[in-house]
Amino acid sequence: MISSQTGFLQSPGWQFLQCQWLNLIRSPAYSLPTLLFPLMFYGFFGLLMIPGQSLWLLCTFATFGIMGAALFSFGVSIAVERGQGWLLLLRASPAPIAGLMFGKAGAAMLFAMLIVVSMSLLAALFGDVRMTTMQWAGLVFVLTLGTIPFCLLGLSLGLLLSPNAAPAVINIIYLPLGFLSGLWIPATQFPGFLQAIAGWLPPYHLAELALNVTGAKSSAWLPPVLILLVYSLLFAMMTVVGWKRLKHAK
Amino acid sequence: MQPALLRSEQLRHRYGSTVALESLDLALEPGQVIALLGPNGAGKTTLIHLMLGVLPIQHGEMEILGLKPTDPNCRKRLGAMLQISGVQDNLTVIELMALFSSFYPENTDFDSVLEQAGLHGLEKRQFQHLSGGQKQRVLYALAVIGNPDLLILDEPTTGLDPSARRKLWQAIDQRRQAGGSVLLCTHYLDEAEQLADHIIVMDRGRIRTQGSTDEVRAQVPRQQIRCTSTQAIESIRTLEGVQHVSRENGQIHILARTAEPVVRHLLQQDSNVSQLEVQRTTLETAFLALTEPTEQTA
Repeated sequence: MISSQTGFLQSPGWQFLQCQWLNLIRSPAYSLPTLLFPLMFYGFFGLLMIPGQSLWLLCTFATFGIMGAALFSFGVSIAVERGQGWLLLLRASPAPIAGLMFGKAGAAMLFAMLIVVSMSLLAALFGDVRMTTMQWAGLVFVLTLGTIPFCLLGLSLGLLLSPNAAPAVINIIYLPLGFLSGLWIPATQFPGFLQAIAGWLPPYHLAELALNVTGAKSSAWLPPVLILLVYSLLFAMMTVVGWKRLKHAK
Repeated sequence: MQPALLRSEQLRHRYGSTVALESLDLALEPGQVIALLGPNGAGKTTLIHLMLGVLPIQHGEMEILGLKPTDPNCRKRLGAMLQISGVQDNLTVIELMALFSSFYPENTDFDSVLEQAGLHGLEKRQFQHLSGGQKQRVLYALAVIGNPDLLILDEPTTGLDPSARRKLWQAIDQRRQAGGSVLLCTHYLDEAEQLADHIIVMDRGRIRTQGSTDEVRAQVPRQQIRCTSTQAIESIRTLEGVQHVSRENGQIHILARTAEPVVRHLLQQDSNVSQLEVQRTTLETAFLALTEPTEQTA
């Protein structure tokens, strides 16, 4: 574990990434459900209950899965780390905040990738989903990068809410946000006003991109990208506010 | 000229309407162990958090080694062990050390840090599986890993058993001998007496007194007198040099600069005085006398 090399391996960002990843591996009580729930949902709904929709549901349930990984690994972990004094110790040390964020985002993305790849394997083996290599790669790429707005949302909630409230609030947000974004039942089957709501939610647009890149649906890719960027910016601003408030709290 | 270890002028801090620090002026030289003493709510932790840049400076000025606390270069020259601090507890000792080492520009001599903190043999143990004393030693190791010019310790020995405390004291003493500066925030007066070159006594956001360990002792009652007697304590209070009188379960307890006039008075007033005892004060009793007068209004 001690490396005598200098450079990237000695950088705080890499060290934080390593620590975050070790944390995931060493807390199976958290990481296994986060990985297995979306897989289980997909197996249940996508493969067993609703035949013929395995590609569509791969895209939407994978979106649901990575959203959970990002929200929980960022939001809940920051809240816990605030509660136990880890964040305070880091803030009192010369730890660069950028390094901490890089490590957390990196680990959340790796975990997201793991979810998408396992779900893809399930889809290819049991759901008869066939795509070109580029499409498979596109799905993994879109959903890995797509964790960013949810990482930022989780982070801002983890900072703005009290350490005890954050996990509960994130749990409450997670399911309705996924459902209202049409990740379980396509939004086109919603009554009119719910459809209008779906069109404003970030997971809906990330799923649109996933559906687009896999060829499950042909739609424009630019509007969802822009909307996700705007959301990322908004959540980033909330994060900055949360971070500043941390400085003034006792 | 070497910049001051810590310099502050008119430093004030409040949380909402609660005043935590009231116009703090400090000028401390490097190369010594400084003890910050005071009861809860004295403002010790606030001062430390301001020094570490964890809290923003609201009013007044502060410089550490000639740098502003918000300057990232300042933090690289400090190491801190905080009062309430957890770590990601499923990491091993060496993983935590590698992480913290990456925050500092210079390469770390892991072996020497393990030695200083007495952690040899525990490198591969996860933090959550360590005993309380071992955990404190890990936090100490993380504080000294960047070989800081100023080591800040906020109540480092709270909850430690006597042998673990002694080990930490030795480590602090070694740093002083190596020319390092240490700011030690503590409730334990024997700790300050044993380790510090300079003592600052704080109470409710103000400095009540400061100076070398001997100077602080000289400003406070040196003699402690106890006896069992029925006489009124009011007449004792007016005697010259008496700074504190109290009665508990029939026992009279007196703090005074000199013992003889007090003892003479006690024996004249009541020939049945028993269990008379005169002792030199420890810093602990001295400290009580220093902070108590205002404490009563709380």
